[in-house]
Amino acid sequence: MASYIESFRFGEFIGSVLWLVFWILIIFSLVGLPLLFIVLFYVPLPPLGDEPLTPYLFLTMIVDPTRTIPIIKYMIHTDLFRVAAFPGFTYAALFAAVTIFVERKFLAKMQLRYGPLYVGKIEGWLQLAADGLKLISKEIIVPAAADKPIFWAAPIAFVSVAAAAAALIPVAPGWVVADIDVGIIAVFAIFGFFPLIALLFSWASNSKYPFIGGLRALHQIIAFEIPFIISALSVVILAGTLNLTGIVESQIASYWFVFFLPISAFVFYLSSLAELERIPFDLPEAESEIVAGWITETSGMIYGLIQLGTYLKLYALAALFVVLFLGGWSGPIIFPQEIIPGYTGEKIYNPVTLSAIFWFTIKTFGVIMLMLLPRGISPRIRIDILLHTGWYKLIVLSFINMFVALALIYGGILGPEGLLVR
Amino acid sequence: MATLEEKIEETRRLGLQVVKETEEDRLMTLSIGPQHPGSGHFRFTVKVDGDYIVYCDPDPGYVHRGEEKMCEYRNVIQNIPHLERPVIHDSTNVTYSYSLAVEDLMGIQVPRRGQFIRAIASEMNRQVYTLYWLAIYGIFLGHSTMFMWPAGDRELFIDLLERLTGARVTHAYNIPGGVRNDMPEGFKQRCLDHINYFEKRLKEYEDIFYNMPLFRQRTEGVAVLSKEDAVKLGVTGSVLRASGVPYDIRKVEPYDVYNEIDFKVQYMKTGDSFARSYVPFLDMKESCHIMRQLLDKMPQSGEVRTKLQPNPKGPAGEAYRRVESGRGALGYHIVSDGTPKPYRVKISVGSFRNMLALPFLLVGNKLADMPAVYWSLNYWPVEADR
Repeated sequence: MASYIESFRFGEFIGSVLWLVFWILIIFSLVGLPLLFIVLFYVPLPPLGDEPLTPYLFLTMIVDPTRTIPIIKYMIHTDLFRVAAFPGFTYAALFAAVTIFVERKFLAKMQLRYGPLYVGKIEGWLQLAADGLKLISKEIIVPAAADKPIFWAAPIAFVSVAAAAAALIPVAPGWVVADIDVGIIAVFAIFGFFPLIALLFSWASNSKYPFIGGLRALHQIIAFEIPFIISALSVVILAGTLNLTGIVESQIASYWFVFFLPISAFVFYLSSLAELERIPFDLPEAESEIVAGWITETSGMIYGLIQLGTYLKLYALAALFVVLFLGGWSGPIIFPQEIIPGYTGEKIYNPVTLSAIFWFTIKTFGVIMLMLLPRGISPRIRIDILLHTGWYKLIVLSFINMFVALALIYGGILGPEGLLVR
Repeated sequence: MATLEEKIEETRRLGLQVVKETEEDRLMTLSIGPQHPGSGHFRFTVKVDGDYIVYCDPDPGYVHRGEEKMCEYRNVIQNIPHLERPVIHDSTNVTYSYSLAVEDLMGIQVPRRGQFIRAIASEMNRQVYTLYWLAIYGIFLGHSTMFMWPAGDRELFIDLLERLTGARVTHAYNIPGGVRNDMPEGFKQRCLDHINYFEKRLKEYEDIFYNMPLFRQRTEGVAVLSKEDAVKLGVTGSVLRASGVPYDIRKVEPYDVYNEIDFKVQYMKTGDSFARSYVPFLDMKESCHIMRQLLDKMPQSGEVRTKLQPNPKGPAGEAYRRVESGRGALGYHIVSDGTPKPYRVKISVGSFRNMLALPFLLVGNKLADMPAVYWSLNYWPVEADR
């Protein structure tokens, strides 16, 4: 695949690289260093142990990496890091990116084809970056009759609401953006925004197919929200708390709730598929019926934002499934106690947290794969069958397990000082 | 309580305008196509009342190419390559009935080996067409695996046809007098290998698609076309057979070697969307059976083509012949005035007849049933426009 220009000389190539390095060094020492000092002079730096962090001390970190440990430790416990990096937006967005790539390859293997193959040489792993660049460079077409402020605001609201849902999920002990006592109610309150956004956007597009799609989204999400909440309610009954961290801890104290509440887990899984508008419940975006449903009029980065929001939502729901039914981060500690034997300085390495993150990531990814699976094997279902399933079958099913949960509590098997509580 | 009339009277007295809501105000008019992903080169206007379709008006003609008129400016051989354009996926069958009609007109006898090769090529091409149709039916119902699998397995027969004719899609293989060239070496064995593999795949299709409960829920009992209605509307091919009429041109008017072949006409009695989608699948199975017999009974050597004059012309007269194509009866009526160019060529296609059943079936169903009903009619928009 690679092609070389005919006049290529290896010596010239090395020479030009050395020339480049020389100029980079010159420019860095003459311009970069003074600029760095000016910036460091004005930016307030965190205290480093006893002494305040000075620009000079900061520079010594380049030669002695162990000196960076306190500042890294300081940084990863700031709120900014939690919101922006881990377990906040970057972690969730990374999950979304990996999910999109894995979905495409996984579906391709199922359908006897290759999937992305060329971008990035190895199995097309940079395809998503290429798609993102394409979406950014595209023109955003807003229909002339559209309600412009809502049309622009809805995609952004969609992503922010999805990110807000992801922010409530505890990833490891103490690692959660917002640890609130009514965590599970807050999650459902946030998920209640999605049909509203879909309807607002479809109304703002001022077009027929988006309008039908928006109404379908509203019908579908409301029909599935009730079994969704009731199936989570049985988990709350068993755990005795609404706090998501508390739910995980009560599972660590006994066993994973999926063993006690398999029907609830199934109902929750089906309802999350409907919430996500994934096949077989992708009626709001049914291509052959209503073009692209409520996102028909999207283009360029507006479409990109809605896709990002959808995959963030997928991560949030899979993570919620893990937290409610699969014991969150519980699992054996698989990382060694120390990496460098005999090191006594300050440490940021914590095997417990790392194992927790590892187990949580593995479980969430497994659930995501389970949510991707129906796309390969199932056709789309019709709206009347969907509503019938939601209102009649799933609600009844989720009630069954609520009574099972109550029996487990009053029978003294789970709950405070139950038989199975370790 | 004031009645509605009194209320209206009172409102009028206040100087306000009152407009009564009519039936039309409730309806939303949707134009499905020609740029809708679920229509093809075709448009139909539907009016929906809530989720129910109350009115449907098909509007074909977006890809009309004047094939019939073009035939009048070319001689009978030159007509072959452009006549297969309307259905490039079924090009051998399209030119089959044309060749039969021209042979009738000129009194040409096709060599026996040529007749067998024609039948094999046309069976293969019917498979190619039906697989393409099935792929689109799958994606119309949101089943993406059912789009990829048949679209990939088409390669089996496209590969065979490429070896046989030299072209992948538009073969121009049937010509008046026989077929263009003989079979290549080892074709029979390769053909049998592909058929064996294909039959295994058909079983998998049944497992992943036809036996899927969600698919059955969507199509069973939807848009039922009764036997009487099917005959009255004049539908043909798989749509007619799905309604319980075992009508196949290969059986009722056997052409070339089909009277020597032992096969059953596949039909179902329910006449719903599911039957209309399942009959082509049964046809594919039966077609494998037919191909095996054809390969067995074929003479091992001999001429495949009766040579014609460079600018062939026959006596004045007319001829009408039809074959069973992927979409039903496909006939050509050719009128000749004794010159090399036909005086008039009339093409009668199955697609157009099946399209006429669309408004009849669609009204009263939900909008979500639209793709399941529309594509089950085995309609190829380009062929209907000719």
